[in-house]
Amino acid sequence: MLKLDRLSVEYRVRGGYLSAVKDVSLNIGEGEIFAVVGESGCGKSTIAHSIMRLLPDRNERVLGGIYFEGHDLNALNDRQMTGVRGKKIGMIFQNPLDSLNPVYRSGSQVAEAIFLDKKNRAEVWREVIEFYREMKMPDPAQSVRSFPHELSGGMRQRVMIAMMLARNPKLLIADEPTTALDVTIEAQILEIMSRLRADFNTSILLITHNFGIVAEIADRVAVMYAGEVAEQGSVFEIFQSPSHPYTELLMKALPHQSKREGRLRTIEGSVPRITSAAPGCRFCNRCPAASERCEKHAPPVKHLSSTHSYACHNR
Amino acid sequence: MNETPFMEFLVSARKNANFLVGAFIILSVVFVAIFAPVLAPYGYDTANKADRLQPPSAKYPFGTDDFGRDMLSKVIYGARITLQIALIGTFIQMFLGVTVGMVSGYFGGFIDKFLMYIADLAWCVPGIILALAVVTLLGKGLNNSIIAISLVNWTQFARIVRAKTMAIKNQAFIETGIAFGEKTPAIMLRYIFPNIVPALIVMISMQLPSTVISTTALSFLGLGSQPPSPDWGLALSNGMKYVSRGQWLSIFPGIAMVYTVFGFNLLGEGIRDLIDPHVKSY
Repeated sequence: MLKLDRLSVEYRVRGGYLSAVKDVSLNIGEGEIFAVVGESGCGKSTIAHSIMRLLPDRNERVLGGIYFEGHDLNALNDRQMTGVRGKKIGMIFQNPLDSLNPVYRSGSQVAEAIFLDKKNRAEVWREVIEFYREMKMPDPAQSVRSFPHELSGGMRQRVMIAMMLARNPKLLIADEPTTALDVTIEAQILEIMSRLRADFNTSILLITHNFGIVAEIADRVAVMYAGEVAEQGSVFEIFQSPSHPYTELLMKALPHQSKREGRLRTIEGSVPRITSAAPGCRFCNRCPAASERCEKHAPPVKHLSSTHSYACHNR
Repeated sequence: MNETPFMEFLVSARKNANFLVGAFIILSVVFVAIFAPVLAPYGYDTANKADRLQPPSAKYPFGTDDFGRDMLSKVIYGARITLQIALIGTFIQMFLGVTVGMVSGYFGGFIDKFLMYIADLAWCVPGIILALAVVTLLGKGLNNSIIAISLVNWTQFARIVRAKTMAIKNQAFIETGIAFGEKTPAIMLRYIFPNIVPALIVMISMQLPSTVISTTALSFLGLGSQPPSPDWGLALSNGMKYVSRGQWLSIFPGIAMVYTVFGFNLLGEGIRDLIDPHVKSY
């Protein structure tokens, strides 16, 4: 379905290139929910934006392949890319508050989606109301007429999802869809997404920093650190046997309801600023098991099963 | 919940004195312009040689000019010309300014630099001199002077629209639109333009009076409307010759002019208060 082959994204900064994403290879199957987790600045959103070709396009360069249904998206010109966006790959964003056009009624923005695929007016509006009902919007017939500023964050995010669904894309990229929302709304949005997969067999690339969300709806996970995939595998494999030291430490840092610990465990140090020239493992300055080898050479990717792999020298 | 922005506008407009007075003045001018043939006692170019340079009287409330034409009728018909100047002139400026400003702000880079150099160039030549040059090139006449003034004044629209476009371009909903598969023209027309409209309305209301004044100035200089047009600017310059013997020739068109421009200014101020949240006072 979607295949990233050694995708690298570099931003030009003063004095060279900053490596935001390095050699990321992923493979998302049909009807699969694939989660990319990692802390702020690890390159997860950059991956999403580079798939959609939404990067600010002045200071970055994208290397490697992005294949969607066998076609190389990097080879498409801008006009062809417009045909892919929305129709084949939809995307919902982090901040639902500013993501809708403030001057149009929310329903007409969903209708716009259907109009892009050309249908008649009355039919379109019926469909929009149907979408609102599916999204569990209160009073769908009325709320299609509301302006974005009259809706709450959760409702706006649902309008966004309806907007993207209206074009029935094969892949939906959700870039931290629930970060700005509270947990009850988060649960509803997650439910909508898993229903989507069940009803339309839509693949979802879910970008998040929340392991709770991953455990709840994802099938497979990639854990990213400083632009590289540290470990990937099925949700079960990652939670049962985290093999990369970073994943392991992350799991230990999660708060547990059962244990009564004094303070939460943290990972010492902070994410380094990495230019493309730097060799070695990007986690080595914070890794408890790091040796000299880790600083000099990039770690090899080791496979534990057909799905589970990690990149580390020491294990 | 479903109160439209327009209804909200009307509700707060009822409390805004500037807006109300301005709207009243402009509506009265529009009324006079529309019903000029009914209201005017004579035709604006009906010359009555026996009654040349008559002071205001019952027969000629505003007096007559040097050809014996009724000044009241001239002032009434002149409202049509003034509104024509205001609307057409401002529309041309807006059209040029919005096109250039949006293209410039949206695409940036070389296109932006090039267009803004042109705008700077038009900006740094004194307006009335540039307009004089354009009129000389195109020939005298009302339409040409409207075009000349528009070619001078469009840069203000372009600047503001460009700045607005650049600010809106970086908002999240534009990214949504792109991710959603909208083409560039649709992004500009459906996503950016409607969000510029409030600023545009304010700009228009500010530009209307200055367009009237500049164009009338060209008529005053003899480059705009030609006799026997009832243009107020032309009437003023004609009245200048008789300023010691027949002041009514200049006074009445002058008052009409001040009245109209004052109305546009109040209306503009009122609309700005109503639309721009930064200066909204409750």
